[in-house]
Amino acid sequence: MRITCKEASRLISEGLDRDLGLVERTKLRLHLAICVACTRLTRQLDFLRRAAREYPGPEEEPKR
Amino acid sequence: MATPARKAIDPLELERYRPQLVKFAMLQLRDAAAAEDAAQEALVAAIQSAGSFAGQSSVKTWLIGILKHKIIDAMRRRSREQPLAIADDETSVDDLQALLFTQNGHFQDQPADWGDPDAALTQRRFFEALEGCLADLPKNTARAFTMREVMGLDTGEICKELGITPSNCWVLLYRARMALRECLEQRWFGGKAAAKP
Repeated sequence: MRITCKEASRLISEGLDRDLGLVERTKLRLHLAICVACTRLTRQLDFLRRAAREYPGPEEEPKR
Repeated sequence: MATPARKAIDPLELERYRPQLVKFAMLQLRDAAAAEDAAQEALVAAIQSAGSFAGQSSVKTWLIGILKHKIIDAMRRRSREQPLAIADDETSVDDLQALLFTQNGHFQDQPADWGDPDAALTQRRFFEALEGCLADLPKNTARAFTMREVMGLDTGEICKELGITPSNCWVLLYRARMALRECLEQRWFGGKAAAKP
C-alpha cells in the first residue's frame, strides 16, 4: 500500500478532477499521514483552485 | 426605449469594464481578436439584460459571469472549426516527473510552507503573478487549467472541447498544477515576497 511522492502527487491532482477509488484514497491517506511535502502540496493545489476561482481578483474599479 | 430597468445600469458605466473583460477572455482564448469579440458580446448581452442585474454581486462579477458563457461559446465554435493539436509532450508525464522527483520517487525540491496563502487573494499583484505563470505554460496546458479552475468546467467538458481522452486531460491538469505551484512558489511565496503587506 506504500506509494511514493511521485505517485501521491498525481493522485492529489487527479482527486481534484475525478473521484478516486477506495484503494487510491487509502494509499493516499496513508502517505499523507507520514509526508509533510505531500501535505503541503495538497494544500497548495487546493489554494490554487481557490485563487483561480477568484481570478481576476481585486482589481481596482475602473476610473471615472 | 424599453421600460427603465429596476436598477438602471448606464451602458457607459459597463463600457469602462471592457479592458478587464478583454484581459479575462484573453487568458482563456489566447487570441486578441477572439477575446475582443467575446468581451463585446458580453457587453451587448449585459446591456440587453441590465434589468436582470440583481445588485447582489458587484458589476464586475456579474459581467464576468456573462463573459464566461461567451468564452465557452467561442471555444465551442473554434473547436468545431479547427480541432486543437495537442503536443505529445503536453500529455506525457514521465518527462515532468523525471524533473520533479528523484529515482526513488521523492521530491527533488520539497514544496515550501506557504503559510497562510489566502492572504494573497486580496492582493492584485498576486493575480498578476498568477497570470504571468499561466502565460509561461504551454498553450493547451494553460487552457486546460483555466477551463477547469477559472471557468469551473468539469473534465468531461474539457475533454470534449479539447478533443482528448480523460486520462490526457488529467495529465494536462497535473502538469499545469505542478508548474503553477512551482512558479508561484518562486515568484510569490518564495523569500521576501511572502512577507509583503
